[in-house]
Amino acid sequence: MIKFFLMVNKQGQTRLSKYYEHVDINKRTLLETEVIKSCLSRSNEQCSFIEYKDFKLIYRQYAALFIVVGVNDTENEMAIYEFIHNFVEVLDEYFSRVSELDVSFFNTVFHGTWQAHSSPYQEPIDELHKICSALEPQQACFSPDSSFKGAASTTPIY
Amino acid sequence: MPAVSKGDGMRGLAVFISDIRNCKSKEAEIKRINKELANIRSKFKGDKALDGYSKKKYVCKLLFIFLLGHDIDFGHMEAVNLLSSNKYTEKQIGYLFISVLVNSNSELIRLINNAIKNDLASRNPTFMCLALHCIANVGSREMGEAFAADIPRILVAGDSMDSVKQSAALCLLRLYKASPDLVPMGEWTARVVHLLNDQHMGVVTAAVSLITCLCKKNPDDFKTCISLAVSRLSRIVSSASTDLQDYTYYFVPAPWLSVKLLRLLQCYPPPEDAAVKGRLVECLETVLNKAQEPPKSKKVQHSNAKNAILFETISLIIHYDSEPNLLVRACNQLGQFLQHRETNLRYLALESMCTLASSEFSHEAVKTHIDTVINALKTERDVSVRQRAADLLYAMCDRSNAKQIVSEMLRYLETADYAIREEIVLKVAILAEKYAVDYSWYVDTILNLIRIAGDYVSEEVWYRVLQIVTNRDDVQGYAAKTVFEALQAPACHENMVKVGGYILGEFGNLIAGDPRSSPPVQFSLLHSKFHLCSVATRALLLSTYIKFINLFPETKATIQAVLRAGSQLRNADVELQQRAVEYLTLSSVASTDVLATVLEEMPPFPERESSILAKLKRKKGPGAGSALDDGRRDPSSNDINGGVEPTPSTVSTPSPSADLLGLRAAPPPAAPPASAGAGNLLVDVFDGPAAQPSLGPTPEEAFLSELEPPAPESPMALLADPAPAADPGPEDIGPPIPEADELLNKFVCKNNGVLFENQLLQIGVKSEFRQNLGRMYLFYGNKTSVQFQNFSPTVVHPGDLQTHILSGPAQPPASRPASPGWPSSSWGSWLTQLAVQTKRVAAQVDGGAQVQQVLNIECLRDFLTPPLLSVRFRYGGTPQALTLKLPVTINKFFQPTEMAAQDFFQRWKQLSLPQQEAQKIFKANHPMDAEVTKAKLLGFGSALLDNVDPNPENFVGAGIIQTKALQVGCLLRLEPNAQAQMYRLTLRTSKEPVSRHLCELLAQQF
Repeated sequence: MIKFFLMVNKQGQTRLSKYYEHVDINKRTLLETEVIKSCLSRSNEQCSFIEYKDFKLIYRQYAALFIVVGVNDTENEMAIYEFIHNFVEVLDEYFSRVSELDVSFFNTVFHGTWQAHSSPYQEPIDELHKICSALEPQQACFSPDSSFKGAASTTPIY
Repeated sequence: MPAVSKGDGMRGLAVFISDIRNCKSKEAEIKRINKELANIRSKFKGDKALDGYSKKKYVCKLLFIFLLGHDIDFGHMEAVNLLSSNKYTEKQIGYLFISVLVNSNSELIRLINNAIKNDLASRNPTFMCLALHCIANVGSREMGEAFAADIPRILVAGDSMDSVKQSAALCLLRLYKASPDLVPMGEWTARVVHLLNDQHMGVVTAAVSLITCLCKKNPDDFKTCISLAVSRLSRIVSSASTDLQDYTYYFVPAPWLSVKLLRLLQCYPPPEDAAVKGRLVECLETVLNKAQEPPKSKKVQHSNAKNAILFETISLIIHYDSEPNLLVRACNQLGQFLQHRETNLRYLALESMCTLASSEFSHEAVKTHIDTVINALKTERDVSVRQRAADLLYAMCDRSNAKQIVSEMLRYLETADYAIREEIVLKVAILAEKYAVDYSWYVDTILNLIRIAGDYVSEEVWYRVLQIVTNRDDVQGYAAKTVFEALQAPACHENMVKVGGYILGEFGNLIAGDPRSSPPVQFSLLHSKFHLCSVATRALLLSTYIKFINLFPETKATIQAVLRAGSQLRNADVELQQRAVEYLTLSSVASTDVLATVLEEMPPFPERESSILAKLKRKKGPGAGSALDDGRRDPSSNDINGGVEPTPSTVSTPSPSADLLGLRAAPPPAAPPASAGAGNLLVDVFDGPAAQPSLGPTPEEAFLSELEPPAPESPMALLADPAPAADPGPEDIGPPIPEADELLNKFVCKNNGVLFENQLLQIGVKSEFRQNLGRMYLFYGNKTSVQFQNFSPTVVHPGDLQTHILSGPAQPPASRPASPGWPSSSWGSWLTQLAVQTKRVAAQVDGGAQVQQVLNIECLRDFLTPPLLSVRFRYGGTPQALTLKLPVTINKFFQPTEMAAQDFFQRWKQLSLPQQEAQKIFKANHPMDAEVTKAKLLGFGSALLDNVDPNPENFVGAGIIQTKALQVGCLLRLEPNAQAQMYRLTLRTSKEPVSRHLCELLAQQF
């Protein structure tokens, strides 16, 4: 079961957070800081799953943005791992080359998008599939992040 | 999905956003926002009716401003108006605003619910979806109450559109998780199950999520889902890679739906119907077969999705644990992944294999991968993967491979990450014990463990080796020989010295025949380590020495000389000093027979669950552990809820002087038991489990307590003292411990919590106050495994020692009733200030137990110093004393008073004499949070008055301190200055010392 969904950048700023279980607001900040710290400390050759307290973190990095999903221990790690990618593909199509800026300044829209897919994961929506076959994973733009106003990066995250 | 960012205009919004982005500074941004807010406000308030588009635009801007972190206090009405628009984009923005900024304004909630109701009934699928999303996003109980009954109807209605059904299922799931009691089960449940047959895969996915959650509570109601899920799964698995069109992800048909169906099946045992079962087994085989086929795409997304299904399939196979063929195939598949180049797959394969190893059918198959796993332990670069490998080795271990696995783990331990060392140590210790064929191997292994990772060897591990050696006489000689050899190393770990000291003390005689390990050699070897060890180890070694005197009379002179040395007899450490003195006297006074009886070999330990295993379990479940801990910390327990109101009659009737007399009539303290001299000395040796390991309540407990370092505040206990401090005179109440003031401060604004805690004792407080009366519950928890004796908590008032009355045990513990009623209790009073009535508590507190003491408190007049709580008891023969400040401060008798601004200022002016006012300006010690401050002021006891101070940042409060003799009106004002991080606190009361005292108490809270 998914407990929370986070989008956090390398500087530790949370761009999107969605909790499926009640967590106190002040505890959230602490949790998010610790989560991003543990993600940043990982190298490429380490696996994408971190045991954290009594649940598991599954994360993927797109440019300077980390997407982290917290799940309990009965969840299928691989399914969530790939679900993150699926979600990013949807965003990419929606925003046509999504960047961190889109995520942070338009998270109003995001509320809408995410809610359409909300709780546990949904199969991809129709428009997604048209792109899925067209997109090459190599297209993913992992350029170093250029910061915008010291905040959101405009680098496409995917 | 409409896009705000493109199409559809709202140029004003785009301009505003780009203005904000171009702001060079925070100030500029705030200025721009304020300008915009003023503009929007005037538009909303203007005479001209706004059209839907403008409303949407302005609400959108407000939302954006809110998301930038600014407060929005208007516009809710306009957003609610948008809900009734017929345009999708307007309605959507309205719902968005409501979802993000919902507040509990009851009038608005009614309007919102009304709009949602209309949309749900509208038969327009997009509107229905918006309404359902809003309910799910808010998910509050109120919304649940309003709509929980409607949603199942929409979900199973024949004419609902697919997208609506999908949203309804997820919305219901959300409401069910938030408040299960609101979702009524009914005939719709059967129809929900049939959604698994739905044409639309989105509906099926949403329905599976819902059913998986619901069936956990009512498995029988949803049993029919098994066959439906199997047939759905079978259709997906056998479909060609493009059959499902939109639901094919990189040539994998509906991967997430497959995973969910497999998860749903794990809620139930294997299907009973043979046909269903056959079909399911076929599915599982197909998944396993597909894993062997060449991939349809080289993309990593393809294989990830495929593997997600595969891992879930394997989980289901393990869950059923009934198909040997499938289990073995699963194991082989995972074996392939163990060498995969993707770290993620290796990690997951190790994790799944761990559960496979516990099945009897696949245990052997798992064991064939031992070399790969050992290799992973050595070469993996990721610590979490290595950890999984260690777990798997532990799981696959049995008698046949124990030696190999244990030696590999020991080798790994030398280079292992610090984070997992302790766990590996525990695992090695458990495996070595569990699968030991000969115990000499076991002893070797544990000693190796201490040698390699002594720091990570917890007490449980070496306690356990001692238990085993003590219980098995075939290994004792070998153990003595091995530790003797291990101790010869120039630098050996302290844990090794402990094990060595204990084993040689018990079984050193078994190797004494060899001239290389003759008694004097053994002694000098141990003593060479003595000075480098901690107090606990030295204490243990002293016990070994006295055992040596018994075992080897020839060492007596040497050892007595050591004990007699000034460094022992006058050691600054009480425990060491006491042992040296007692052992020295014992060795010189007692006859050989007495000595032999006292120092007889330890009896075998009772067989029980290995303490190491318990420790590993604790480590594995951090959640459970912390919950346990929390339970301990919160003394708000069982018997408090009933009948706690102090009745004024019982509290106020007895006059202080009468009580005094009553107490004077109480029996005098009992004479100290036993006589002085050698007899007394022996009694003491027998009394204290800490002094003599073989005489404790149970051998293990005695053994453990021997290692417990004495509490730092324990006073000196000298054998020569004929009266052990069992019944302290009231005059011996020590000064409060240094932290007492700090502990007291914690309770100024709250009534419940943990007052004090050290390694022996925890004191919890729960109290309530009304007017000038209060009742306090003190909870004394014994944190050790040893009984506390002569336990006596006493309340005294520091300023008035002559008249205070002691209410502790005044009779010998044995003759006192276990739970005396109120009549036998006593009053402590300070004549003028406070009256405290305490109830006696039992004089013995068992290990791990908690006793409760009730205090009735009456405030007679204002007071400045809190009463003292003095706790005395004997722990393992050592008297312990502790004095704390009881968390009773004058503000506890506050009664909040509400008053209007006008009244407040009138009274404020009345109290304008300089001595009536106390003021303090101080720096904030905690973050300045208005809510926290409010809570603290309310906890302090005063009423908070809104709209009194012209500056809304400031806090104003009023209250009356109730005492029996008089009432003291108090007004307070707290002015925070966020920039300077300072506060100014002003108190005005009708009594000068009270103003000052309250001011000081409160100032420490911020």
